[in-house]
Amino acid sequence: MSKHVIIPQKIYILVFVTLLMLTLVTVDVAFYDAGWLNIYIAMTIATCKALLVVLYFMHVRYSPRLTWLFVSAGFFWFLIMIVFTLSDYLTREVLAKPGF
Amino acid sequence: MSSKLSEHHANPALAHHFEDADQQFEASTLGMWTFLVTEIMFFGGLFLGYIVYRSLYPVAFAEASNLLDYRLGAINTAILICSSLTMVLAVRAAQLSHRRSLIVYLLLTIVLGSVFLGNKVVEYSHKFHEHLVPGPNFGPAAALTDPQHSQLFFSFYFGMTGLHALHMIIGIGILLALVFQARQGRFSADYFTPVDITGLYWHFVDIVWIFLFPLLYLISRV
Repeated sequence: MSKHVIIPQKIYILVFVTLLMLTLVTVDVAFYDAGWLNIYIAMTIATCKALLVVLYFMHVRYSPRLTWLFVSAGFFWFLIMIVFTLSDYLTREVLAKPGF
Repeated sequence: MSSKLSEHHANPALAHHFEDADQQFEASTLGMWTFLVTEIMFFGGLFLGYIVYRSLYPVAFAEASNLLDYRLGAINTAILICSSLTMVLAVRAAQLSHRRSLIVYLLLTIVLGSVFLGNKVVEYSHKFHEHLVPGPNFGPAAALTDPQHSQLFFSFYFGMTGLHALHMIIGIGILLALVFQARQGRFSADYFTPVDITGLYWHFVDIVWIFLFPLLYLISRV
């Protein structure tokens, strides 16, 4: 197993601390009224956390290209599903108005 | 060719249909990711349903979400992140052939996972006492503007966190098997694929929770 990168413990601890800080931030931010922005802030923080876990804890950053492809294909499919469905549900009222 | 053959003799964990240990490891990782992609689809459907209904009934979802204890949710998030750290350190210990620390980190991961589930039991039993479980007995003490769709929120809450908890229980079972095998000295720098792959699974379950926490617990806390 010569090709395996053994990541220094320091990096894991750093990612861990960042994840905990982001958890605190996401709780704190939820108590500020940013209107419709709240959910986007929360999801951006969650996506950052997920990215850290995928890249470092799941070693994708150090994995072969083929793994990259599989991982991004999976999440990309998920995005397609969400975006296309919401483009329907969130525009129904707009399109129901006269003039459209 | 002869060097490949000698590697096969030297490493009993290497299956005959693989060129070398690296190829075998990459195949296993890719297979696990393929499974995790199906898991994205599995949870993805629930997330999509949640998003659509929340956009249709924002007030009912916000009121219902405020009945959850965000502190317990936040503590559980932190516990799960800790367990991800111990899991990744377990993989690292296996990579370095440190058998004792591998076992310690695996056990720590099991303990943290169990604490998470214990916390969940406390939360669930509160919900039962407060009549927040969807069904004929649904009737929270707080006045809700749209109880029917708040019930829908709790259906998503129990469905999604329940499935997540089921994944944790399966994960703990796999970790226990790993501890057993690690004690027998099955893992070393030459072969630690099962530890690595279980790590991928465990972190994936962590990611699901990272999204569940703000979506379920932190709506309109202002």
